[in-house]
Amino acid sequence: MIETTSAAPAALPLKSRGEGGGRARTRSAGWTGALPLLVFAGLAFGVPAAALLGGAFTAGGAPSTANLAESLRGAYLTAMLSSVKLSAVVAVAGAVLGTFLAQAVVTSRLRALREAVLTASGVLANFGGVPLAFAWIATLGNSGVLTTRLGLGDLGWNLYSFWGLVLVYLYFSVPLMVLVIVPALDGLRPQWREAAQNNGATTWQFWRHVGIPVLTPSLLGGVVLLFGGAFAAYATAAAMVGTVVPLVTLQIADALAGNVLIGHENVALALSLDMIVVAGLVMAVYLPLQRRSARWLR
Amino acid sequence: MQSSRTRIVGLAAVLTVATSLGAACGSAPATGAQTGASSSTANSAATATSAADLGGLDKLVEAAKKEGQLNVITLPPDWANYGEIIKTFGEKYGIKVNSENPDGSSADEINAVKTRKGQDRAPDVLDLGTAFALSGAREGLFAPYKVRSFDKIPEGQKDAQGNWYNDYGGYVSIGCDAKRIPACPQTFADLLKPEYKGKVAMNGNPTKSGSAFAGVFAAALADGGSFDDIQPGLDFFKKLKAAGNYNPVESTPATVQNGETPISIDWDYLNSGYTDQFAAKGVDWKVTVPADGKYANFYAQAINKWAPHPAAARLWEEFLYSTEGQNLWLKGYARPVLLPSMQSDGSADAALVAKLPKVEGTPEFPTDAQVTKAKEVLAAGWGAAVSG
Repeated sequence: MIETTSAAPAALPLKSRGEGGGRARTRSAGWTGALPLLVFAGLAFGVPAAALLGGAFTAGGAPSTANLAESLRGAYLTAMLSSVKLSAVVAVAGAVLGTFLAQAVVTSRLRALREAVLTASGVLANFGGVPLAFAWIATLGNSGVLTTRLGLGDLGWNLYSFWGLVLVYLYFSVPLMVLVIVPALDGLRPQWREAAQNNGATTWQFWRHVGIPVLTPSLLGGVVLLFGGAFAAYATAAAMVGTVVPLVTLQIADALAGNVLIGHENVALALSLDMIVVAGLVMAVYLPLQRRSARWLR
Repeated sequence: MQSSRTRIVGLAAVLTVATSLGAACGSAPATGAQTGASSSTANSAATATSAADLGGLDKLVEAAKKEGQLNVITLPPDWANYGEIIKTFGEKYGIKVNSENPDGSSADEINAVKTRKGQDRAPDVLDLGTAFALSGAREGLFAPYKVRSFDKIPEGQKDAQGNWYNDYGGYVSIGCDAKRIPACPQTFADLLKPEYKGKVAMNGNPTKSGSAFAGVFAAALADGGSFDDIQPGLDFFKKLKAAGNYNPVESTPATVQNGETPISIDWDYLNSGYTDQFAAKGVDWKVTVPADGKYANFYAQAINKWAPHPAAARLWEEFLYSTEGQNLWLKGYARPVLLPSMQSDGSADAALVAKLPKVEGTPEFPTDAQVTKAKEVLAAGWGAAVSG
C-alpha cells in the first residue's frame, strides 16, 4: 500500500486552533514537551533528506549538478510535467466534486446519511495501490465487466490513458476532500446566511462575498492535499498504465530498482529533490492564504 | 509475514553481535554452538574457488550441512521452476532455504549485497541480469568460484575467473489466449493487425523489466534494427500504440488467467509455464517464438563475496550446474546453459527438450557495449514512444 494519502485532516485549518488566547508561559512549556517529537522528526526526515541531498549532488563520486540537470531534461522533464498536470487536474476536480458532495451531505440534515458518507469516505480515501488498480481493470479495463457489457471499447473508451488515470485517482481523492471540507462547511454559521438574507442578499451574493471567502483556506488546503496524494501516488499507476502516462514516481522507480538501468540511482534522488521542490512551491502558495482567512473558522 | 520474519532475523543478528562484543575475548559460549563450529570450515569455504579446494564435493556438502541455511533472493517460485528447485535442494541436503523478496529485481539484489555486508541475512547467492553481473564483478562484489562443470559452459557465457556464469535463458515469445483470440499472432508484424486492438501486453516496462527490454530488442530485430540499433524497436511500439493495439497492463499470471492481457510478449519459459499452470482453468495459452524477431538472453549466477553461508552458497551452485539442477530448469521450460553439452552426452531429459517452443538456428547475443547503448536509447525514448 504505497498511496500515502493517509489524510491528516488534523493538520488542516479546522476549528480548534486555540493559539490566539494562549498565554506566553504555556507556549514555552509546550515547546519542551514537543522535543521528543522534534528529535524523532529530525531523525526520520532529516537523515533521509540529507542522504537524498548528498546523493543528488554526487555524480561519479564527485560533487556535481549533472544529476539535477539530467532530471530536468528529456523524458524526465516530460514525466515531471505530466505528473504536475495529472495532480493539478485531480486536485481541482476532486476539490470541486468533493465540496459539492460534502455540502449536499451537510445541508441534508439526515444524520444517518451523514454518518454513512463520512464513514465510507474514511475507508475509500485510503483505498489505493494495486488493489485499486485491479478493481478498475476488472470493471473498466479492456476486458472489464462494464466495458464488455456496455460495448464501451467500441465507443473509444480506454482506461489506460491520462483521463482514465484521473478517474481512478478521483476515486480516492473525492472522499478525501469530503473528509477535509465537512468540518469547514459545518463552521459556516447559519446566522451568517440569515443575516445576509435579511439584508436582501441573493444566494449567489452570499456565497460570493461570505461563503467562498471563508471557505477559501479549507478549499485550498484540500487542493494541496489532493495534489500531494496524486503527485506521490505510485503503485496504482504502475499496475495500470505502465509508462503510457509518464509519471515522475514511475521514473524514480525505474531508475532506482529494476533489471535494466544501471547507475541511475542518483538521478532518482535528483528527481525526488525536484518533487520536494514542487511540493514546496504548492505549499508556499497555500500557507499565506490559509493564515489570512483561517480566523473565520475558529 | 516477510517483514516480521526479517525483523526477527535482524534482531537476532543484533543480539548475536551484542553478545559476541560482550564476551569479547575467545570464549563466547552463547554464540559458540553455531558460529564457532563452522568458523574453521567457513573460512576456507569463503575463499574456496572450487569444490576441490575443500577436499571434494563430500567435504563441501558436509560444511554446507553444518551451516544448515541458505539465503536466496528474488527467485519467484513460478519463474523457470525455481519453486521446485528450492524445494529439491532443501530436501536433498537438509538445508533450510530462506527465500527473500521473490518479486524483486537485479538492482534489489545488488543493493542487498552492498547494504548488508557482514549480516546474517545477506543473500548468499544471486540470479542476475547479465549487465548487473558484469557491473557487480567490476565492483568486486562476487566471490569467484568454478563449479565442476565450469569448462562445459560455452565461451562468452562465463567470467574467466568464475565471478559469474550464465545459468538459464530463453527466447522472447508471444503468448496468446487461443480461447479469446481466433488467430494467434505468429510474428511481430502480425501484432500490428487491427484485430488485436488493445490486446498486446508485455511483462512490465522495458526501462525496468528485463523481459520487456528484450521484447523491444526483439521487435527491433524484426523491424530492420540490429544489436547496434534498437530504435526500430521503439518505432515498432510507437506504431503498435498508434494502432491502438498496445495494452500497458503488466502481464502477470493473474492478468493472463482473467484475459486482461490476451497476448503477452514475454520469455518463452514464462509463457510456457502459464500454459501448464492455466490449462486446467480453461485457458488455452499458445506460445510462439516469432521467426522475425528472435532474441535470446541468459541470466547469470554469482556468489555474494560476503555470503553468510559460504559453503551452502557453493553447494547451491554445484547443485544448479549438476545434471539434476539443469534438468529442473529445463522442466520450467528454461534453456539451461549446459543444454548443448547435455544433449550431446545424452544427460538432458529428452521429453522436456521436446516440449520447448520450437526455434530455428542458434542464439546470438549482443555485446555488453551494445546492450549498454541500447539501454540509453531506450531510457530516453521509451516514454515518448508509447505515451499520449
